[in-house]
Amino acid sequence: MANQKLVQIPSDSLLPERDADKLPILRALHLGIDFGGLTAVDDFNISVGRTEICGLIGPNGAGKTTVFNLLTKVYQPTRGTILIDSIDTHGMNTVQANQLGIARTFQNIRLFNNLSVEDNIKIGLHNQMHYSMLGGILRLPNYWIEENAAHKKALELLDIFGMADLADAKAGSLPYGAQRRLEIVRALATNPKLLLLDEPAAGMNPAETAELMENIRGIRDRFQIAIMLIEHDMSLVMNVCEAIAVLNYGKIIAKGTPQEIQSNPQVIEAYLGKKKEG
Amino acid sequence: MKKILQNKATRSNYITYGGVILAFILLQGLSAANALSSSLKGQLVPICAYVVMALSLNLTVGVLGELSLGHAGFMSVGAFAGAVAASAMTESVAAEPIRLAIAMVIGAVFAGVAGVLIGIPVLRLNGDYLAIVTLAFGEIIKSIINNLYIGIDVNGLHASFLNNNITFAEGGRMILSGPMGIPGIQKISTFTAGFILIMITLIVIFNLVNSRSGRAIMALRDNRIAAESVGIPVTKYKMMAFVTSAALAGAAGALFSLGQNTIIASKFDFNTSILILVFVVLGGQGRMWGSIIAAAALTVLPEMLREFADYRMLIYAIVLIVVMLFTNSAGAKQFISKVKSIFMRDIEGGEQNG
Repeated sequence: MANQKLVQIPSDSLLPERDADKLPILRALHLGIDFGGLTAVDDFNISVGRTEICGLIGPNGAGKTTVFNLLTKVYQPTRGTILIDSIDTHGMNTVQANQLGIARTFQNIRLFNNLSVEDNIKIGLHNQMHYSMLGGILRLPNYWIEENAAHKKALELLDIFGMADLADAKAGSLPYGAQRRLEIVRALATNPKLLLLDEPAAGMNPAETAELMENIRGIRDRFQIAIMLIEHDMSLVMNVCEAIAVLNYGKIIAKGTPQEIQSNPQVIEAYLGKKKEG
Repeated sequence: MKKILQNKATRSNYITYGGVILAFILLQGLSAANALSSSLKGQLVPICAYVVMALSLNLTVGVLGELSLGHAGFMSVGAFAGAVAASAMTESVAAEPIRLAIAMVIGAVFAGVAGVLIGIPVLRLNGDYLAIVTLAFGEIIKSIINNLYIGIDVNGLHASFLNNNITFAEGGRMILSGPMGIPGIQKISTFTAGFILIMITLIVIFNLVNSRSGRAIMALRDNRIAAESVGIPVTKYKMMAFVTSAALAGAAGALFSLGQNTIIASKFDFNTSILILVFVVLGGQGRMWGSIIAAAALTVLPEMLREFADYRMLIYAIVLIVVMLFTNSAGAKQFISKVKSIFMRDIEGGEQNG
């Protein structure tokens, strides 16, 4: 990168023991963004280990989704640095960030509704296919080889969530829970090193949430990737996350293991308010 | 083969190919048996050109999901480039079909280049803004060609702008003379050439849509933010769709102009762009067979209504409104899907038997 500068590594970066000897997949340093006069996120520091599952929680409007938008370069940060796989992402756009290995799902589901489930996944596989536009129009041998491989890969990925039989259905016609799962599969198709899940359990019933928890752990174990999730369902967060960061008014107010977070007085205050004096 | 046909979209593509081939054979047969009226016979080439125009605009509107109001501009570029090229090649390339093919390729290349030039600023815009700028582009092309003079002599092609100040060597002649257009075009376009162009257009569009690039284009249409998040570069694929659409329109323009005696720039104005858009909307966005039927029917209709004389355009408008209302009514939609399901079931049954 052109703009090489020395950055101080925060001393409070917590990584799971098994990831400690490897460089973190994500490191955000003093990250901040202003919208006009409003500071939405300020001095946000985090390190995420290679195979860590971490949670980002906080009251509504705390700036959690803004953090995701910063990490995926939908917004350019006003201050601070984001290192993905130790590469400075300064000046990059969303497409480049994805190619570095960051993929995400959205709080309000964003699928390609008019396309089939399989095509949604194949769009995720786009950058792993290489035949040209002309190769596609003339259906040269490469087209058939890569399309067949993509078809197999798509079904394989769908099978993680047991959705292979839905491959031909229109994405927009799927039930809500299936749409959420499809979004995760599509993100996984881009072969990420870090998967960001924005409220994956929103709108799911307890049984579906329990299944999702297993799936999240399963994805980490199978693909050996890091997962960062925003979630309001505390049972999911406390069960599945190894480390949790709590955001309030755009600032991290606490970081730690689920046990530490649950008993942290500042967190309780942010969620429930301050005890009345006297 | 069986596996391919099980795919619903692929099957509908093959039905479209089949329908076009069938229509071609039928019309050729009728034409050979002298069963077609002379006015309809004269309409065959323009019908093919407008069908290709509708198909190519459907790539922009239905597949890419951007509204373009300047599609006649690309047709115009192709028409004039193709006609000038064909005129310049009159002596050097004697075989008419080859000359026509070269002229269509040249028309497509010029329109494609125009597509790149207009695409660079335009494709950073979205929605209404893009529509308005493409509208302006169509008008600019019209003005440029209205003021363009091109002639040929032994030294090659000469061009001048605004004023006709070309001085020729001996034996030179004007081809394009500004607002007078190109007169005395040798009609080399044939119905067969039109049919081949339609087939090529269908193959390009269907194969593009079912490829990696086509999926990226449709991803942009359905959800740009999600497409970016999975690594689809927006401008590249918008440009790809837009330029392909422009190049096909250019080939159609060349086919059209070489089937006319005279062409003038003002033929390809805003009204023509809107007419092509009507074909696409009436036929259904993203539905290629719909564009073919709508373009063919609405090109023939004004001729068939000639007996109404002064009321011709009034009746044309009424027919248009009625058809729009009918095809959008719930009952009609139900009927169409019912017919479709019967048709599809027949094919499935046939497949199992065979």
